[in-house]
Amino acid sequence: MSSTTPTHNYYLPEPSHYPVVGSVALLLMLGGMALWFNGLAFGQWSTLAGLAVLIYMMKIWFGKVIEESEGGLYTKRVDVSFRWSMGWFIFSEVMFFAAFFGALFYARLYSVPELGAVDQKLLWPEFNSAWPTAGPNAMDAFTPMGAWGVPAINTLLLLTSGVTLTVAHFGMLENNRGKLNLWLGLTIALGVIFLGFQAYEYSHAYSELNLKLTSGIYGTTFYLLTGFHGFHVTVGTIMLIVVWVRCLKGHFTADHHFAFEGVAWYWHFVDVVWLFLFIFVYWF
Amino acid sequence: MSAVIDSHGTSHGHDDHHDHGAPAGLMRWVTTTNHKDIGSMYLWFSFVMFLVGGVMALTIRAELFQPGLQIVRPEFFNTMTTYHGLIMVFGAIMPAFVGFANYLIPLMIGAPDMAFPRMNNWSFWLLPPAAILLIGSFFAPGGAAGVGWTMYAPLTSQMGPGMDLTIFAVHILGMSSIMGSINIVTTILNMRCPGMTLMKMPMFVWTWLITAYLLIATMPVLAGAVTMTLTDRHFGTSFFNAAGGGDPVLYQHIFWFFGHPEVYIIAIPAFGVVSQVIPAFSRKPLFGYASMVYATSSIAILSFIVWAHHMYTVGMPVAGQLYYMYATMLIAVPTGVKVFNWVATMWKGSLSFETPMLFALGFLFLFTLGGFTGLVLSMTPVDVQLHDTYYVVAHFHYVMVAGALFSAFAGVYYWLPKWTGRMYDETLGKWHFWLSIIFFNVTFFVQHFLGLAGMPRRIPDYHTQFTEFNVISSIGAFGFGLSQLLFLYIVLKALRSGEKAADKQWDGADTLEWTHLPTPMPYHTFENPPTIK
Repeated sequence: MSSTTPTHNYYLPEPSHYPVVGSVALLLMLGGMALWFNGLAFGQWSTLAGLAVLIYMMKIWFGKVIEESEGGLYTKRVDVSFRWSMGWFIFSEVMFFAAFFGALFYARLYSVPELGAVDQKLLWPEFNSAWPTAGPNAMDAFTPMGAWGVPAINTLLLLTSGVTLTVAHFGMLENNRGKLNLWLGLTIALGVIFLGFQAYEYSHAYSELNLKLTSGIYGTTFYLLTGFHGFHVTVGTIMLIVVWVRCLKGHFTADHHFAFEGVAWYWHFVDVVWLFLFIFVYWF
Repeated sequence: MSAVIDSHGTSHGHDDHHDHGAPAGLMRWVTTTNHKDIGSMYLWFSFVMFLVGGVMALTIRAELFQPGLQIVRPEFFNTMTTYHGLIMVFGAIMPAFVGFANYLIPLMIGAPDMAFPRMNNWSFWLLPPAAILLIGSFFAPGGAAGVGWTMYAPLTSQMGPGMDLTIFAVHILGMSSIMGSINIVTTILNMRCPGMTLMKMPMFVWTWLITAYLLIATMPVLAGAVTMTLTDRHFGTSFFNAAGGGDPVLYQHIFWFFGHPEVYIIAIPAFGVVSQVIPAFSRKPLFGYASMVYATSSIAILSFIVWAHHMYTVGMPVAGQLYYMYATMLIAVPTGVKVFNWVATMWKGSLSFETPMLFALGFLFLFTLGGFTGLVLSMTPVDVQLHDTYYVVAHFHYVMVAGALFSAFAGVYYWLPKWTGRMYDETLGKWHFWLSIIFFNVTFFVQHFLGLAGMPRRIPDYHTQFTEFNVISSIGAFGFGLSQLLFLYIVLKALRSGEKAADKQWDGADTLEWTHLPTPMPYHTFENPPTIK
């Protein structure tokens, strides 16, 4: 940010083949998915192959970044670049969730009340436009997900994980590696337990509440919002595990550990998204 | 001047690490982490896509040359309008300006490269897979999706596998844009040379800072919209399905929340290029630099709160129509500030009219005209009449072609001597300009009249009363398309046999790449940053 630190020792990487490997991976994966969703069996294998190549690419690319970081190639300037970019990346994620929250609010404030309005009575005479609803053409009834069972426990788990992660960060800053490793491990455990509860909640919804992805606009927004959040928790947990393994190997110092901080920012972001989910999807 | 260039521009000792061990031939381009290489690839890719999208446009104009169905089936005509739009917006114009950004931003702020060179490479190399998916959808069972570039529900729910390929292409393009934009924002905020404060940055850099912010804010929203389309198509969700409690209009809201800022994502870098070219050929600094920065920022912020003016006819409370109408008209104020400043820059300047300046002036006249028709369309009662007519088509082609594309041409002619070390043929450049601007107006000016007379867009056939104007428009379109082959010839001729360009080819150019670097530039520049006073 400040223009006083020079850029002349800014690290510029050599030519690299990682990006094009990633491009091939995405072509195989997304092209394969398009075929797969249209019933072409070949698509599955293309998707899996693309996923494998993508995981391989991330392993070698991030491995190289870790090697460069531990090799002392990343100056203060590079560190600031990482900070800006992680912040903007999280902003892009905020906007992605905003689209889905926008869909939820639009359905609850506009489309569902509109479908129950007087001028729709000719078309849907029986429809009661109260939320939650599966829409005027709902085939079978479902029970909405309550807020004060598993979701409340999950809220507690995620909020606690934010605290344990902060304690781990203090361990890092105090050069207390035992404290760092212990509390980071606890954070990961809380993330995994959260995901376990989420999986249980989905199976409970499908088997006992008859709440499905196809349960109209309620099922749609419920599964897509919680599902994308769950995906982000999964990614966050994987990132925390990578950082934890690096901590156990003795990586990072008290003043050079942006990988840890970046993941922590991401984790807190996922945490905040959950609070909005808890309030608007589960509670009200 | 040469003393300045020697002390900062020529690179010392360790800058040549690309020479040993770096791949040669094709692999040099595949693996490159150099912002100049990546910028060049963006520009060439966008030109290829410009020709692909152009062929689709000519297919449309050939079919519309006379009433009745002659050349293509209606379904295929729909795919032409769809992919012409998608390819020109996402494949041609956006990558062209990202190419300018990659090439020029590090030079203009005195940085050694972009902040993340490897990610920069990936941003570019995501484009070919996306292009393969987009064009590949023509070979899917049932053909490509004839839904319009806006991909409105519920039509998208009824298309074949080509729709899914297009959806995934949009996902990849979004990833590319987001990574590219994060790179640009980080570079501008963190890589400026000592003394280069924000308010000393060249206007082009400012416009890209604002554009990149718009991209990061809106591309994820588009990704969300097409993801909802995908799950509605294949997994039984009800986002856009009224029977399940959703609403097709929801798609339009989400799409245009992306789509309206997208208009400025295309226009604002074009403003940036013009803001460099007009001062250079007026031999005066840009008039009202600070007000330009504030006007551009205002346009960007306003662009987020006017999206439903694309949807006046879908059904909206009168209060909503009034709000969107007045908010939209408000954008004319900062845009007017910009046009005023460009004109004031030329006032009492020492003007000369080389090709870049001609294209910049073409931009100034015709973009302003497109802005005025935009103001006409912002009025709800007028728009209800003109919605989905050729008046709208004429309006946005004045903004996109005579605005963005002409600005990109101005930029290429302006910086080509610096990039390649060789001058283009000035006479042929002027021919390119005059052919382009005449044929452009022949093609699109008459479309205003077609729209006012009620001819709907995206329809392969029309009533015989529209014939004359359609004939004129089609002749203009083929003339315009062929004129662009002249552009290709001019660039290739400059590369092969152009005269050697000077370090500072244009008298009035005052940005770092002209004042601090030799022509042609070394592979790595500003490894030792210059200091700006």
